[in-house]
Amino acid sequence: MRGSATHPVRLRYAKHGKVRWTSHRDVARAFERAFRVARLPLAFSGGFSPHPRVSFGLALPTGAESDAEFLDVDLTEAVDLDALPGVLTAALPDGIAVTAAATLEARAPALMDEVTSCEWHVTVTREGSTFTCDELRPVVAAALARDELPVARVRKGRPTVEDVRGVIERFDVLGDTTEGVLVHLELLTRPRSAKPDDVIVAVASATGAEGLVVVRAVRTAQWIERDGARREPLCTVVHPRRATRARDTEEGIDVPRPDPRDHRTERVGAGAHSDPS
Amino acid sequence: MSNLWPRIEPLLAKVEKPARYIGMERGAVSPEHRPDLVAWLLIYPDTYEIGLPNQGLQILYEILNERADALAERAYAPWTDMEAALRHAGLPLFSVDTHHAAGEFDMLAFNLSAELVYTNVLNLVDLAGVPVRSADRAPEHPVVVAGGHCTYNPEPLADYVDAFVIGDGEEVAGEVTEVVGAWKRAGRSRRDVLLRDLATIPGVYVPSMYDVTYDGPAVVAVTPRHPDVPERVDKRTVADLAEWPYPKRQLVPLVEVVHDRLNVEIFRGCTRGCRFCQAGMITRPVRERPEEQVRTMVRDGLRRTGYDEVALTSLSSADFSGIDRVVADLVDDQEGTGGVSLSLPSLRVDAFTVGIASEIQKVRRTGLTFAPEAGTWRMRQVINKLITEDDLYAAVDAAYSQGWRRVKLYFLTGLPTETDVDTLGIARLAKQVVEIGRRHTKQASCTVSVGGFVPKPHTPFQWFGQNGVEELNRKIGLLRDALRGTRAQLKWHDPAATYVEGIASRGDRRIGRVIERVWRAGGTFQEWSERFDLTRWLDAMAAEGLDPDWYVTRHRHADERLPWAHVAAGLHDDFLWADWQAALAEHGLPDCRWTPCYDCGVCTDYALEHVVASPVAPAGGSQGTGQDLSRGDAVPVRFVAAASATGKQ
Repeated sequence: MRGSATHPVRLRYAKHGKVRWTSHRDVARAFERAFRVARLPLAFSGGFSPHPRVSFGLALPTGAESDAEFLDVDLTEAVDLDALPGVLTAALPDGIAVTAAATLEARAPALMDEVTSCEWHVTVTREGSTFTCDELRPVVAAALARDELPVARVRKGRPTVEDVRGVIERFDVLGDTTEGVLVHLELLTRPRSAKPDDVIVAVASATGAEGLVVVRAVRTAQWIERDGARREPLCTVVHPRRATRARDTEEGIDVPRPDPRDHRTERVGAGAHSDPS
Repeated sequence: MSNLWPRIEPLLAKVEKPARYIGMERGAVSPEHRPDLVAWLLIYPDTYEIGLPNQGLQILYEILNERADALAERAYAPWTDMEAALRHAGLPLFSVDTHHAAGEFDMLAFNLSAELVYTNVLNLVDLAGVPVRSADRAPEHPVVVAGGHCTYNPEPLADYVDAFVIGDGEEVAGEVTEVVGAWKRAGRSRRDVLLRDLATIPGVYVPSMYDVTYDGPAVVAVTPRHPDVPERVDKRTVADLAEWPYPKRQLVPLVEVVHDRLNVEIFRGCTRGCRFCQAGMITRPVRERPEEQVRTMVRDGLRRTGYDEVALTSLSSADFSGIDRVVADLVDDQEGTGGVSLSLPSLRVDAFTVGIASEIQKVRRTGLTFAPEAGTWRMRQVINKLITEDDLYAAVDAAYSQGWRRVKLYFLTGLPTETDVDTLGIARLAKQVVEIGRRHTKQASCTVSVGGFVPKPHTPFQWFGQNGVEELNRKIGLLRDALRGTRAQLKWHDPAATYVEGIASRGDRRIGRVIERVWRAGGTFQEWSERFDLTRWLDAMAAEGLDPDWYVTRHRHADERLPWAHVAAGLHDDFLWADWQAALAEHGLPDCRWTPCYDCGVCTDYALEHVVASPVAPAGGSQGTGQDLSRGDAVPVRFVAAASATGKQ
């Protein structure tokens, strides 16, 4: 079986609720167990210690939620892709739900290399006092006017200072919720991806705004920008049910820059993703 | 009942590994709390990663939740960062299943698998908002109970635990539930009435129902305070494992834990008779699970959990009747499913077991572990671990020749009658093992793990004076020198921690105050080297006016009343003493599964029998089986005649 032709499949999944406190590695292991419970025909790497050929996308920080996580898995035979999300979701921990599955082009680049930006809905509050969007707006305006927004980080066990100004593509203050101020961010993954927490900390420390904390961060989308168009990772694939192969321009969906107002309606209005417990 | 989750969740962003505190394992339940149910909180007093796989706790979790009159949830020791956050926020210990406060349960039931967790037990009772000393608790407080191997000497925690359960818990957990349920229905008044009722359940020891009499430093009597309280508490034993196919729904954690795999218990008990091994002595007799049930539990378990590894657990898994058949079938079953690996913990040291290992580890041959335990044949006769050097070398040769590159060897040092020749024998064996390995592969390596020996209650070595810290350090130094520059890597257990384990292991009721002092001084997680501090223990002993060497390094006399003498594992005192004398005389004792009964006491006193499918010893191993035992170095093994081993019957 090893080394023979495979059927690569890309999955989109969401992560919400208590399970957000699991790490990227924990989720990877939960998926590998779910694949076996669902009896998926997994393709294995060759060699001394074979592993299922699964490739996870950008790591989601522990504690963050998401509507848009992706992973690729190689199968040895075709499976019913319409049934797959339901089957896997049943085998996964509560709060992790596979929302779409599609065949991947055989030569698709690795997810991690392809994604160019991520959108986030972040709820910010201030420790020990109430906080409103009217207070946050001038802070954000002042911060974005600067050339650099340094933040202290630890990489590979060593403290470093990184600038996050360059990765902030959008920073919109959307409005107040019961949990805090809702913010829409779009963050580039290059030259080096930053977490929403880093961005908020950098904004706060650059402007002297004390005590700002992220109480909730939800990744709402990941984007692949190529040739001036933006596609969702799952749309770079060709569904086998299509009779003819789509032309390049039709493979992905060109997406106009989102209007933050839309997000506000969707997020706040729906009240989605609050922890049921 | 209140769900604390909304107040716990904000703490999680600031602590290490927050998923330890969310529960959500596959197999977990969220029971509804009702006044007519006895609510058990099963607590493992160490981190989630260590505690979650504990099979005893998982078995009771299922059995209690299946009952109509009980519910069970779980808790583990929060790591120090989480404990600080909880205390700062004014929050108590909580269950991971539904995040209820520990103090709202009827029972706080601790699993005691190791002595160094004792300070954690006190800390968790305190974190639950319950007075740490039994005497200070009121009827509204939960009943604090404990089970597990350490309860065979319950005295060090006697003032802190309301009731101990000795032995297998499957049946007695239900009996305790009924007594506590009746007490709840009757209005939950008078704690002493409940405790006295609990004390009448066979296998339950209620320390407050006994008076301890001392003569100077020595315990001379432990006397029941009421006529209906038994003078001696006998262990409980499940006669037939086939009736208890648990866990049926093993928990699958989201966080990586130790033993992160499907675990299927294939038998309980062991009669190899290794004299240092408390588990082997207190869990007799051998009770095998039927082969077909093992197959079913493995098949269903793998399918349900999605694990790609299964361990067939016991105290010596290669001794299971028909182990080769079971293994071969399991391997066939998994053919083409992407490779499920099987592991057999506690492998016997011989070529037969390597054959099994190669059958089950077709792909990942990274390391194989053997436990010869001692470096010379003389020493192995003393401890009754009757592995010849030929056995070991054949096993190692088989392992290296079949693709393993690293062999791990476990040894004890500080054993009775041990001389430097015996200690250095460990280095001699290790070097020989590396030599054998290099005939097969240039990358051959060998890891030597050395632990200081701690004599345990209810073993033939319970009278032995343990080696002190300096002596163990000296012996480890000898081994370091002897192995310097070789391809054998030496690892050792901290002798200071071994010393403290010795205090708690054979301690009496006075050691409780020492444990409490160490806890109050901040000494939690003592089995974690970065948290362990010998000074705290020595200071606490001094403050209580107790001499640690009197507890640890002193040899006990034949006529001394041992502090745990009122707890019985079924082994006759004169059997244990005779076996101790046989050890000193370097006599071996065969395995009674396949040789005549020498009447250790367990089967005869408790009307039990071995449940073993095969009437003959498994092939290939000499260890304690009576087969070809004269191949060791110069001294041939001699068996003590059964009649002289014990005067009874």
